[in-house]
Amino acid sequence: MSVSRRAILSGGGALIVSFALGPLPARAQRRRSSADAALPGSLRSSPMLDSWLRIDARGITVFTDKAELGQGIQTALIQVAAEELAVEPGAITLVAADTARTPNEGYTAGSHSMQDSGTAIMNAAAQAREILLGLASERWQQDRARLKAEGGAVVAPDGRRIVYSGLVSGRTLHVSAEPGAPLGDPAHRRVMGRSWPRIDIPAKVLGEVAFIQDVRPAGMVHARVVRPPSYGARLRSVESAPVLRLPGVLSVVRDGSYLAVVAQREYQAITAMEALARAARWEEKASLPQQSRLFEELVEWPSRNVPVAARGAADAAHGSPVERTLEAEYRRGYLMHGSIGPSCAIALFDDGALTVWTQSQGVYPLRNALAELSGLPERRVRCIQVEGSGCYGHNGADDAAADATIIALKLPGRPVRVQWMRSDEHMWEPYGPAMLARVRGTLGERGNIVRWEYEVSSNTHSTRPGGARELMPSWFLERRLSPAAPEPLPLPAGGGDRNALPLYRIPALKVDYRFIPPMPLRVSALRSLGAHLNVFAIESFLDELARAGRSDPVELRVRHLDDPRAIAVIRTAAERFGWRKYRRDGRGKGFAFARYKNLAAYLAVAIEVSVDRHHGAARVLRVVAAVDSGEAVNPDGIRNQIEGGILQALSWALFESVTFDRTHITSRDWASYPILHFTDVPGAIEVVVLNRPGQPFLGTGEAAQGPAAAALANAVADAAGVRIRALPLTAERIRAALAAARDT
Amino acid sequence: MISLLVNGRSVEVDDDPHTPLLYVLRDTLQLNGAKFGCGLGQCGACTVMVDDAAVFSCQTPIADIVGRRITTVEGLGTRQRPGVVQQAFIDEQAAQCGYCIAGMIMRAQALIGRTASPTDDEIRAALEPNLCRCGTHSRILRAVRRAVCARQAAATGGGPGVSSSAADELS
Repeated sequence: MSVSRRAILSGGGALIVSFALGPLPARAQRRRSSADAALPGSLRSSPMLDSWLRIDARGITVFTDKAELGQGIQTALIQVAAEELAVEPGAITLVAADTARTPNEGYTAGSHSMQDSGTAIMNAAAQAREILLGLASERWQQDRARLKAEGGAVVAPDGRRIVYSGLVSGRTLHVSAEPGAPLGDPAHRRVMGRSWPRIDIPAKVLGEVAFIQDVRPAGMVHARVVRPPSYGARLRSVESAPVLRLPGVLSVVRDGSYLAVVAQREYQAITAMEALARAARWEEKASLPQQSRLFEELVEWPSRNVPVAARGAADAAHGSPVERTLEAEYRRGYLMHGSIGPSCAIALFDDGALTVWTQSQGVYPLRNALAELSGLPERRVRCIQVEGSGCYGHNGADDAAADATIIALKLPGRPVRVQWMRSDEHMWEPYGPAMLARVRGTLGERGNIVRWEYEVSSNTHSTRPGGARELMPSWFLERRLSPAAPEPLPLPAGGGDRNALPLYRIPALKVDYRFIPPMPLRVSALRSLGAHLNVFAIESFLDELARAGRSDPVELRVRHLDDPRAIAVIRTAAERFGWRKYRRDGRGKGFAFARYKNLAAYLAVAIEVSVDRHHGAARVLRVVAAVDSGEAVNPDGIRNQIEGGILQALSWALFESVTFDRTHITSRDWASYPILHFTDVPGAIEVVVLNRPGQPFLGTGEAAQGPAAAALANAVADAAGVRIRALPLTAERIRAALAAARDT
Repeated sequence: MISLLVNGRSVEVDDDPHTPLLYVLRDTLQLNGAKFGCGLGQCGACTVMVDDAAVFSCQTPIADIVGRRITTVEGLGTRQRPGVVQQAFIDEQAAQCGYCIAGMIMRAQALIGRTASPTDDEIRAALEPNLCRCGTHSRILRAVRRAVCARQAAATGGGPGVSSSAADELS
């Protein structure tokens, strides 16, 4: 898997990548110039071609800092490189997310990977191909225009061939990228636009080493942490001597209120952790809001206003007598990432250096945080990403790396593996925050929207590290840290205000974000951030306006849009669903649309449901979605992401909300936090990919979350005749709404 | 020492007899297929087969299964020759993160061992104990249907090597 230092240094004919020799990329990279600002994607921050590509006798290696999280990014990046280098994907080896080897691209988050890394690799590969053609042209004294790159070699018209590795030497690719690399012709793609099979799937279905949980360095020992019973708990006392006598136990680690146990074998560690938990005495305090009054309390919490957009006189009094104003409030509770595999990390502290194998979404930010936590200089800390269970945002991954670090520092020379227990993950991961949106809209002539006022209330949507103080285990150390004060994420992407601005053409509009700093429950980035609730609110309300103005919901949307790509996904989804000729037969249909972040993928979705009028349960029968991700590198990869996003969003919208009492999180396992099961899965999900060869890549992984929630609520309203504005749309809630409707 | 029959091979382990099978598979025998998900029998990531039935290995002490046939996903096939269900999951690209997939495959393997042509509802019911968080469910259902068809095609072809139980497929 890894190319050793010696192999790189001795490799005859190899491009020497000074960059890749140690955890010193900042020093090795040349100073950034103002010209770099014009470079595409992540070339802006890492402009040297050999940060991204190495060509030698062993083949072609591509480097990225974007982590495989189950989204298929590795396969797509290989396809991009293969296209521009004129080789088969199988000829490329990808090295990802290792602070000793790859460029720094921050976090693998925000549906940025194709835009950042994909664009960088595409341009770097195109420029490398041109360099290779130039070298061959010099060597053969041939007109460069008559040479072509093909199958990993440069080929002359007379049939002469020279493989790429025969052309490169020393520092051939140690040059800076230039703007305007000659990219391949979008009309003649060989590899991009094809559904290349994912390279990571065989190992996963065969039971090979595929996950961080499967990594077993020699001499590895197992640790488990005794987590406090609640957020603010402090450890008063613990009798650890009996635990030390249990079979296999090597050590009990206590540092302030931080408590962990290390054992030879994994189950010994679990048994010892349970015994230690029974022996621990904690002091707790009630710090959580009253769940039944959460939204009444949430609007009272201190906040500050972040203006998002304003145009025209949105708060004007009624104009013409035909005008009609509607108001509504939409809510969602706290949502869990809920990885199936609890967070895991392995750390080895040896010879004054720390190596951490982690499932983190950001090895560089994590390295900085762990250097601070351990007191080691950054150059003595290396973070290597190994795929974990899907994370869907900021979950316990970085915290587990902190656990492994804290414990490994106390056991030098031994690789320490920490895996969280199920209740650790449920209770300690940072949730997607509870949110509330209030909207007022006015319809004018022909049922068109003339005024729109919107206010969304939310905590921050990112508490990622940052520094050591964002790593949860640090909150319990003797020298305890507390997280930095939260700040709203900047627009246009935004956090709680992500997608708060509707794309629709509305003459007078005002959109505000009530940013709430206090965070009684731990929160951070969950797939799509605030776009989930904002799109749910906007697209539900659009449906309510359509009903009030007697417009077809699809036509109302199209009437208020100018962007032809937005209209194209809407028309495609509606057509494939059979929107116009749909017959109800006791069922209902719902539609929704959004462009993620108002700048990434376009997605429209139609959903058909039935509602059991007695029990209230909504059942999703059929889903049809259309997505425009710009140029589609791997169409099946996009379909997989959108299908998955839809099903996950349906799980959130039908079943999910974190529960708590005044002191404790009470969602501790899958029984107390139920999610979608196989019998809830729709009969059919169709995803149509509108490919746009030559267009920029548009982030896709999070595009479905908001639209799927809104289309579901709209379909339930259509089927049952009741509008539910609070997620989740549980059977209980629908039943109550049906009963209320009968009573009025 | 306790003697276990794992993927057709007899192995001696010195773990405490109360140890759940999951940890013996992963930690003592260094197998990767069965995953820790909840330790509570709520998610199915740890699913393996004991004789012909799918079980939660996190809930099965090794003392209870001495002498029984234990099959993990590693026992179904290899890179060169993946098992029928494994191949169907590859063909349908039925994985996102893939953490739940080995458990899904084992549950599907047990189903097609006992039911030659399960209906769609039977497939869903069989997979019901297993959770997927990425939303790969529709692909997993397609993969199981594909495996059922492949197996039926092989059975009607009547060629050698076609088996009716997972254990027969051990290579």
